[in-house]
Amino acid sequence: MKSYILPEFLVERDDYRCIRCEVCVRQCAFEAHRYDADEDAVFVDESKCCGCLRCVTLCPTRALTVRRNPTQTPDNYNWTREQLMDAYKQAETGGVLLTGMGCGRELPIYWDRIVLDASQVTNPSIDPLREPMELRTWLGAKPDRLDSQGEGKRRRIEGMGPQLKLETPMMFSAISYGAISYNTCEALARAAAELGTYYNTGEGGLRRDLYKYGRHTICQVASGRFGVHADYLEAAAALEIKIGQGAKPGIGGHLPGEKVSLEISRTRMIPEGSDAISPAPHHDIYSIEDLAQLIYALKEATHWTKPVSVKIAAVHNSAAIASGIVRAGADIVAIDGIRGGTGAAPTRIRDNVGIPIELALAAVDDRLRAEGIRNRASIVVAGGFRNSGDVIKAIALGADAVYLGTPALVAMGCHVCRKCYTGKCNWGIATQDPYLSKRLNPELAARRLVNMINAWSHEIMEMLGGMGINAIESLRGNRLRLRGVGLSREELDILGIKHAGE
Amino acid sequence: MKIDLERMGDPRVFRRDNGHVHIDASELHYRELNAMIKQAALDGATLMEIENVYGQRYIGSGVRLPVRIEIRGIPGNDLGAFMDGPEIVVDRNAQDGVGNTMNSGNIVVHGRAGDIVAMGMRGGSIFIRGSVGYRAAIHMKEYMKHRPVLVIGESCQDFLGEYMAGGVVVVLGLDRDPGQGLRARHVGTGMHGGAIYLRGDIDPHNLGKGVEVSEPEEADLEKLRELVGRFCAYFGGDPAEIMAGGFVKLAPRSKRPYGSLYAY
Repeated sequence: MKSYILPEFLVERDDYRCIRCEVCVRQCAFEAHRYDADEDAVFVDESKCCGCLRCVTLCPTRALTVRRNPTQTPDNYNWTREQLMDAYKQAETGGVLLTGMGCGRELPIYWDRIVLDASQVTNPSIDPLREPMELRTWLGAKPDRLDSQGEGKRRRIEGMGPQLKLETPMMFSAISYGAISYNTCEALARAAAELGTYYNTGEGGLRRDLYKYGRHTICQVASGRFGVHADYLEAAAALEIKIGQGAKPGIGGHLPGEKVSLEISRTRMIPEGSDAISPAPHHDIYSIEDLAQLIYALKEATHWTKPVSVKIAAVHNSAAIASGIVRAGADIVAIDGIRGGTGAAPTRIRDNVGIPIELALAAVDDRLRAEGIRNRASIVVAGGFRNSGDVIKAIALGADAVYLGTPALVAMGCHVCRKCYTGKCNWGIATQDPYLSKRLNPELAARRLVNMINAWSHEIMEMLGGMGINAIESLRGNRLRLRGVGLSREELDILGIKHAGE
Repeated sequence: MKIDLERMGDPRVFRRDNGHVHIDASELHYRELNAMIKQAALDGATLMEIENVYGQRYIGSGVRLPVRIEIRGIPGNDLGAFMDGPEIVVDRNAQDGVGNTMNSGNIVVHGRAGDIVAMGMRGGSIFIRGSVGYRAAIHMKEYMKHRPVLVIGESCQDFLGEYMAGGVVVVLGLDRDPGQGLRARHVGTGMHGGAIYLRGDIDPHNLGKGVEVSEPEEADLEKLRELVGRFCAYFGGDPAEIMAGGFVKLAPRSKRPYGSLYAY
């Protein structure tokens, strides 16, 4: 069948600069570049270009330019080029459209409509370069009241459950081995350990080589129960029951059989070469009571030593669901917004299902406070953070910490080309191909992650200092330090913030 | 709730005779009971007899030693969840979630069991004398040399072996004439690995899409003889008589049931 799909990008080569070194040919796993020895020329098949810019970045003579294909489809606000191409693709394949990364649609980004406060004249601001500034965060259930036993140095606080100690209120989101390469997992683990924070295994199990980072690892238990083994539960610092994911609320996932290599099979504890199917629901959880049963099963299996998190996608009733989750005994509620990333999701689900994290966070925090149970669980939010400004606003809205997924991948080289599901990531991230995954050096990638989080942490300290606050704890849920710009009364009410100028 | 093991000092609740432990669970919360079981296993107990079990959950979870736990009474949900090693024998019925995500060990139930028996199980074996509820063996899987086994003496409800990715399930149907087929519907929906053996037949309308019915071959029959032999050793009965009922084998057509669903 003749394909009607137009190439998304144009690849232009400055032949005067090109030295025929073939770096582009070797770097492109999609085989967009081809060297012809007879003609001593490099040719391009633009239909294969995914726009990841690997070739452009590595070309030693800067001979390459990739730009959006300027060919115009007929002007139509309704039938844009993207809509046309998607329809052609489905007409040609009969398949469900797949995509990677988070929803990039023009939904409002509330972070950009919220601004922070700063001290002027009255309470002085604090300079974090000279004065102590506390970003340390503890995640886990806090008791309604504290009892203490003993006197003086032997005095002990009782009633506090297991806690996670974070040196900065940022963790790395759940990304599974299978979606990303082993080297990428290792980089996340190393960086989390160095930063004094945590990374999350996602639902793909944990390779034994990474057990040594267990004290900085949150292990996920999802509906497929991949790799959920007593050793895995024991290796983790905390466990997370994955109910939903912001990129695909309400559906499960299929890791295609060709990606289930021997190592993936061993780690996920599933047969080699078979599809790894995550059912949409956990089939032992059809109610809040059932959720409680799994939370306590995990606590029992780990001798009540680890906090248990429950991760849900941000949906219409998140507040009521979060209340149920807290009452079911979770120590942490993780909420993933509509812009949350993924290695593979049906495009229509990613782009149309769920709600923005800002609104979900505000609603959940409000609800838990109104019910007097906010202390019983920490709130961690994910899905759409791009910089430290977003992070600090989330904390002021009521989050205890955030999960960073896409920013972590970007730190390691991801260019958000959204082709993760092909397994051909030229940056060595979302692939199991040994030739490609070698491109990501775990030590260098960990360095990039540590650098970025340290920089963000410092920016958060500066912004805290500017508000005259010397501990992140004092900003948590402090919505008076936020103002909305250009938001409707309803949006302001849901976010629980005033308009700028008020 | 604060758990202390003080009650292990109460001889009416906990008695120990070398490696042989007796527990009266009648007044124990599951956390107390499980803490006792774990502690006793660490202290070297090899056999635990637990009387008066009334719905305590998660028995056998978090115990990673090859102890034998004999339960008198009705254990609660998630018996042997994530279990790795022990052998559990229940003298009457069990509830939902028996062997949930179990890794190794053996569970023998001398009665019936509830829903999602052997969910996500990837190793070890479970034998149920009576029938089981819905979604038994859902997402059971095998890898490398790990191959879980579930043997059901009587019948099961719908969605047996849903999403099954490996392992062996046997439904003996001893509560009915082998000529009368299994009544459960949607058997093997989404199945992409492993095998289900049914004694007697099944109406093809009751099968999930993508499931193929065949006559067991010699290797299958050998496996069946072994499992039926174990079943009869636990619960009595004549293996030859059971084998004579005739079996059908259900297996998936593809390891990739949803391979062509997507546009790449």
